[in-house]
Amino acid sequence: MSSLTVTDEQVSATPAKVIQPAWVRIMHWTNAVAMILMILSGWQIYNASPLFGFSFPREYTLGGWLGGGLLWHFAAMWLLMINGLAYLVTGFATGRFRKKLLPITASGVLHDVRAALTFKLGHDDLSVYNYVQRALYAGIILVGVLIVLSGLGMWKPVQLHWLVMLFGDYPTARYVHFFCMAAICAFLVIHVLLALLVPKSLRAMIIGR
Amino acid sequence: MAKRSFLIPGVDKRLLIKDSLKTMPDVTRRRFIAGGASLGALTLLTGCDVIDSSSADTMLAKISKFNDAVQSFIFNPDALAPTFSEHDITKPFPFNAYYDLDDAPEVSAADWKLEVRGLVDNKKSWTLDELYKLPQVSQITRHICVEGWSAIGSWTGTPLRDFLKLIGADTRAKYVWFQCADKDGYNSPLDMRSALHPQTQMTFKYANEILPRAYGFPMKIRVPTKLGFKNPKYVVSMEVTNDYKGGYWEDQGYNSFSGS
Repeated sequence: MSSLTVTDEQVSATPAKVIQPAWVRIMHWTNAVAMILMILSGWQIYNASPLFGFSFPREYTLGGWLGGGLLWHFAAMWLLMINGLAYLVTGFATGRFRKKLLPITASGVLHDVRAALTFKLGHDDLSVYNYVQRALYAGIILVGVLIVLSGLGMWKPVQLHWLVMLFGDYPTARYVHFFCMAAICAFLVIHVLLALLVPKSLRAMIIGR
Repeated sequence: MAKRSFLIPGVDKRLLIKDSLKTMPDVTRRRFIAGGASLGALTLLTGCDVIDSSSADTMLAKISKFNDAVQSFIFNPDALAPTFSEHDITKPFPFNAYYDLDDAPEVSAADWKLEVRGLVDNKKSWTLDELYKLPQVSQITRHICVEGWSAIGSWTGTPLRDFLKLIGADTRAKYVWFQCADKDGYNSPLDMRSALHPQTQMTFKYANEILPRAYGFPMKIRVPTKLGFKNPKYVVSMEVTNDYKGGYWEDQGYNSFSGS
């Protein structure tokens, strides 16, 4: 805590508790950029052969055409995979996942969802995640793993045949990939909305405190 | 003694943040959408148009090359594509091209000859009857399109590596380059390693019937370890070469290796 004016007085500085360590912040925002690149280029690829009766609006796609979308997708995948892998390893190694995300209980989640919907969910201590956060964060980490695995299987269905078999067959891997994307988009909406409702949590993810 | 943490020595952190906030552009939704595929926020961040700039294209091309290198390093080029049973076959198997079926080449079997060029000992052209006499094998494999759809089909023909041996092709050459009868002259290069892959086939039949017009009569090249566009139909010539001659889709930006 530094004061804006320099005085002769002695100011005892008690630094605020670090809520989000630097590695979490760096990987969080790297992931945000990677995810957006992957989603927008993925929509471009989807539009070439839609799975359902709709296409994504052109202005929300990346790459200009299928070939460009593929180039973006297979470039941004490195950012997503390397950063994601580093995040998983660090999260387990530092015990952050265990400390922050566990335990997750059904009753806890139900209670906090109810509290959240009635705007009674407290955020006094940002360093402790409530059950809604725990469920969302743990869930989206699993979805992230799933979208990478299904994506790799679709990219190299011959070389990584065992990965495709994990999902059943090639078309199923494609559907899994799509629904993971949909889950990530839904998470993104909720996540951003809640972060804006509690601005200090957004601040913590930017400057750490 | 007052201990103060400075981001930059002598500069107050909070004032610095205040000042820099003032200079930050306002990322409005309109700007984001107007940017179209230019990724509003990222564009502002880098101060250049992410999409239309040739530097982005250069970067993407480099990464694509890097991806090719990574693949050739970690993957086994001889890995076999999975095979399926009769009842897995997709019916009807889709016709696919950059034109309608009505515009597909109508090749006359009597007039057609397969032309052989380049680094081969025997450059004689082959009639369809001569080719039909070669030993043939069948495969039921999944055709995967670059667009994402896929279908399982049954193809019968001569392994390309047997034919290359027969004509005395220099298999140390880098590519076998195919040219086709499609309008706008479809063509596609195949790296030699993939050309010699045991499942790569000069296809004369689909589902044990003479290859119909929709699937590339009289001959297609079936490469089950590659995306669909690397499987040329209506083939009229093949050239064994060390030169990369490009291809119909490759020239437009699809990755030329496109191995799965």
